Amino acid sequence: MSFLIDSSIMITSQILFFGFGWLFFMRQLFKDYEVRQYVVQVIFSVTFAFSCTMFELIIFEILKVLNSSSRYFHWKMNLCVILLILVFMVPFYIGYFIVSNIRLWILSIEQLISRVGVIGVTLMALLSGFGAVNCPYTYMSYFLRNVTDADILALERRLLQTMDMIISKKKRMAMTRRTMFQKGEVHNKPSGFWGMIKSVTTSAPGSENLTLIQQEVDALEELSRQLFLETADLYATKERIEYSKTFKGKYFNFLGYFFSIYCVWKIFMATINIVFDRVGKTDPVTRGIEITVNYLGIQFDVKFWSQHISFILVGIIIVTSIRGLLITLTKFFYAISSSKSSNVIVLLLAQIMGMYFVSSVLLIRMSMPLEYRTIITEVLGELQFNFYHRWFDVIFLVSALSSILFLYLAHKQAPEKHMAP
Amino acid sequence: MASLDRVKVLVLGDSGVGKSSLVHLLCQNQVLGNPSWTVGCSVDVRVHDYKEGTPEEKTYYIELWDVGGSVGSASSVKSTRAVFYNSVNGIILVHDLTNKKSSQNLYRWSLEALNRDLVPTGVLVTNGDYDREQFADNQIPLLVIGTKLDQIHETKRHEVLTRTAFLAEDFNAEEINLVIEKRYFLREGNQIPGFPDRKRFGGGTLKSLHYD
Repeated sequence: MSFLIDSSIMITSQILFFGFGWLFFMRQLFKDYEVRQYVVQVIFSVTFAFSCTMFELIIFEILKVLNSSSRYFHWKMNLCVILLILVFMVPFYIGYFIVSNIRLWILSIEQLISRVGVIGVTLMALLSGFGAVNCPYTYMSYFLRNVTDADILALERRLLQTMDMIISKKKRMAMTRRTMFQKGEVHNKPSGFWGMIKSVTTSAPGSENLTLIQQEVDALEELSRQLFLETADLYATKERIEYSKTFKGKYFNFLGYFFSIYCVWKIFMATINIVFDRVGKTDPVTRGIEITVNYLGIQFDVKFWSQHISFILVGIIIVTSIRGLLITLTKFFYAISSSKSSNVIVLLLAQIMGMYFVSSVLLIRMSMPLEYRTIITEVLGELQFNFYHRWFDVIFLVSALSSILFLYLAHKQAPEKHMAP
Repeated sequence: MASLDRVKVLVLGDSGVGKSSLVHLLCQNQVLGNPSWTVGCSVDVRVHDYKEGTPEEKTYYIELWDVGGSVGSASSVKSTRAVFYNSVNGIILVHDLTNKKSSQNLYRWSLEALNRDLVPTGVLVTNGDYDREQFADNQIPLLVIGTKLDQIHETKRHEVLTRTAFLAEDFNAEEINLVIEKRYFLREGNQIPGFPDRKRFGGGTLKSLHYD
């Protein structure tokens, strides 16, 4: 009997909430639109009603209104309904309404491009900023720390010593466990609540010893891992030093100096662009031609040459970015993938690659003369191209500066590690 | 215990084949609950009674050195790993029965480990060409273990096991394929000195354990 009364109270309150949601929808949310699909309104109001009912049930729980068994029943029912709505109905209707709006799909390509574009441009700027700083750092041998064979041997000896210490401790543990087992004290892992209570009050001296030694072993294992990584690092540095003494190495070192000048110039230009709030109007090709024609007085067929030069320039940019991207992706993939997560990681990388290329197209527009820009402008529609360039400059600057800071700290910190005894 | 009783066994294989789980199983007689990626090398110790029950019974500590990483690692990592390959008494090569690549990589693993000993100048072999000759005069006993047999469908098991039998023969090694439940397979091969009773070594603890 009381259950019926309680249920009727709940249902009345739910109807009230439903009505409130309905009115809210009509008067506030959709006040400028016409409600053509009542399904939407119903779903909205139902979701609102059941959500409010959950809060109501909490209040009832505190105030101890209604019968506790009927409260329990209504809780369960409420949760079921809300989950059904959230997991099945609302997503289904979202999909349904998107599909039925496919006609308008083409017009909203712009919006999608702008979203993809922003993310892609951010990514590109971050990578460029880091690359601009990391590249000279890697190429130039000025930054290489001096590593001698003696350093490596010393570290290796420490590593082996640590391993020996771990082994001797584990031997003690194994022996202790064996004697305990033979004496009949079976060292069970505490299972369940009572097990834990028992193990707190009565613990054999053998097992106490074991936990102590186990802790020491854990610390030593952590140390061994650190030493291993440091040794690998030293080997890598030694290889780089040897590589820098070869012809190829010297060539790259030389390139590194040029690259660093180029990167500094880029950072400088990015700062100027932001501070003086200007976006380059002409592309490098036309400007180059202007300069040669006007200042250097060399006359040549502008149209013919501008097409070829832009093709070469854009071609170089495209090829180097694709090559750079694939190399970086491969390195990244080897570093982080394992047999289990490889599928997910490849898909993520495909996503990043796609966004990177879309934003490259956006930005490459700036490097081309006007007559070649039209197709990109047409396809991509009314995008604020200037915004992307400004955004790129900002993120590039931020990324470059933080990379400089990061590399500086890493460089400073590394030699101190090896000086410790 | 005196250092004469030291027995060092390497456990090598690709990432994720189950080396750490295997070592944990052998030493702690328990299944490893949360396997994580091994960085560097992790060691564990098993107390083993050699020739138990006979008058020549002696207790040995078998150190199982579980070396992490992959065959395609950077040469700096390989050089660092080489420091673990000194004075080894035996090598356990672990491969995943569900993953053919891991079986193929065993050749390169064994070359990496053995060449370290055969050529003490520290020069590492960079090409992974397999040459049966190199194993002909190998004095260090090899054991090939295949894991995750339970994840292979019943019908495919015979084909997989024949393939691994060839593998073991190539190495001149003894082979164990780990399964759940009561049976396990044992292939004839080299007699491994110092590890007489293979059954004793692995059998009792493998009985009713799930291995994934």
